[in-house]
Amino acid sequence: MPANRFNGFTEYGIGIGLRATHYNHILTRKPVCDWFEIISENFMIDGGRPLRILDEILEQYKVVQHGVSMYFGSAEKPNGEHLRRLKELVKRTKTPWVSDHLCWGSVDGRYTHDLLPMPYTFEAAKLTAQKVREVRDFLEVPVAVENVSSYAEFHVSEMTEWEFLNEVVERADCGILLDVNNIYVSSQNHSFNPLDYVNSVPAERVAQIHIAGHSKYRRYILDTHDHPVIDPVWKLYERAIQRVGHTATLLEWDDSIPSFQEVHDEALKANKFLSSTLLATAV
Amino acid sequence: MKLKALQRTMARAVMQPLTSAERMQRTAPDGKPMRRYAERFIKPNDRLTSFERLEIYNRQYWFRLLSSMIDDFPGLRAVLGDRRFDVMCKAYLVDCPSRSFTLRNLGGQLESWLRKHPRWAGPKHALALDIIRLEWADIEAFDGAAEPALRPESLGVDAGAGLRLKLQPYVRLLDLKYPVDDLLLAVRKEDEDTDFASNAFQERHKRKRVQAVAKLKPGAIFLAVHRADDSVYFRRIEREEFAILSALRADKPLGKAIVAAFRKSKVPVRERAAALEGWFQNWSTLGWFCSS
Repeated sequence: MPANRFNGFTEYGIGIGLRATHYNHILTRKPVCDWFEIISENFMIDGGRPLRILDEILEQYKVVQHGVSMYFGSAEKPNGEHLRRLKELVKRTKTPWVSDHLCWGSVDGRYTHDLLPMPYTFEAAKLTAQKVREVRDFLEVPVAVENVSSYAEFHVSEMTEWEFLNEVVERADCGILLDVNNIYVSSQNHSFNPLDYVNSVPAERVAQIHIAGHSKYRRYILDTHDHPVIDPVWKLYERAIQRVGHTATLLEWDDSIPSFQEVHDEALKANKFLSSTLLATAV
Repeated sequence: MKLKALQRTMARAVMQPLTSAERMQRTAPDGKPMRRYAERFIKPNDRLTSFERLEIYNRQYWFRLLSSMIDDFPGLRAVLGDRRFDVMCKAYLVDCPSRSFTLRNLGGQLESWLRKHPRWAGPKHALALDIIRLEWADIEAFDGAAEPALRPESLGVDAGAGLRLKLQPYVRLLDLKYPVDDLLLAVRKEDEDTDFASNAFQERHKRKRVQAVAKLKPGAIFLAVHRADDSVYFRRIEREEFAILSALRADKPLGKAIVAAFRKSKVPVRERAAALEGWFQNWSTLGWFCSS
């Protein structure tokens, strides 16, 4: 499971999101870091500094692409310009897999630039899976879909979120980027047991895991990626690792970003759980 | 409700402007109460009503897009002031919602939109247009494509008057009514200085900025917005330089571009050859020409 066809049969360890505020540290200090995840859209450009920095990073580090606006669940065709630029970037980075979110965010060609929740219907699952297949066939790399944090549920839903995820990935025959923080956030916002979610995920399809922090308000939780990972999320991570094995893990920190070292140290806390699975495998 | 219908219904509400208190409007896009509109498709839970759940997305949409406009147009914000900038951006985003997968392109229609709707900029309309053009050129120069540059020796005399030179895609040419390059650099400098400053210090700087904008007098300038070592620069150029470079951008032959540029020129005839030589030297040294 750690190396599988959904992550290009790679054995990546613990990475962090590549953010501009850390460029200088990374390029001058060259810290040890298993891999970086980039936001694809930030580099789907024609030239300039971002691409030059990316090329320098690529010389020394492994990079995986993560998108935020493919909107697999939007009821419209993928944007041709988006696909063309994404494929150019795939060739540049040689990313072993590409991920984006199981959500929608555009309609009639208008973009919200948000990760809007899906209605969990069979119609939506079928359409979303079809789009995942189209994107994967065009890009010619494995695709993993990420569960999002959500703040709303729809009357029309016919199944739970995890049932919907399973329905989509089985129909699309694609991978999963399992975000355990998003599971926690949604579980609090929609009052379900997050372990039910983690326990239901088809372990053999998990290509990668995300961990992150969030912001708790009085009546709901927002997925803000601006805090350390909290213990209940580590517990979910531990359970996920027990099920899927030693899987590529990535800490997201997107706002109020501390030093590279602090972000990396937070990510490396995952080692505690990863090493226990290695030990268990050895025994 | 089918998927597309649900997405249209939700998107209309999410993209509807917030109230002045930054809350979701009480009236839905269809004129009915938003509470009932939200209840049609969103479930309430034990803590939040359907309205409140939808409102989270409505607010996130506006906060995200307005934040992007603030990042991309600090000069325009300084020209219009915070309040007018905020109101103008909301009107712009209602008329021109994003049609790109990337927020990088969010302000791409702003200049043409403001030309059609001058009232949103008030008395500083001309100045606002100039600074928008500069800030958009800055975005395009930052990440525009770069082709292999032609070496200065490739521009030899044997190339002839029919030579067609291409400008690097990242070079942007602007003819402006106001010296907004100085203004934008000053705004950026202030923003850098005030990043870690106290509120009182920032207020003082804000007042200084308002005074600087108020004092800015019209004065035509020609600018090349270009990139060197990954940084964007604003280079003031002569009217004739602007004319030649613009003609080359339009794929005119070099000879015709030069003749047209000097047609109403104040540069004395005897000085033109030397001026041309100097300009071409500068442009080629800066790597502005490419062959493809």
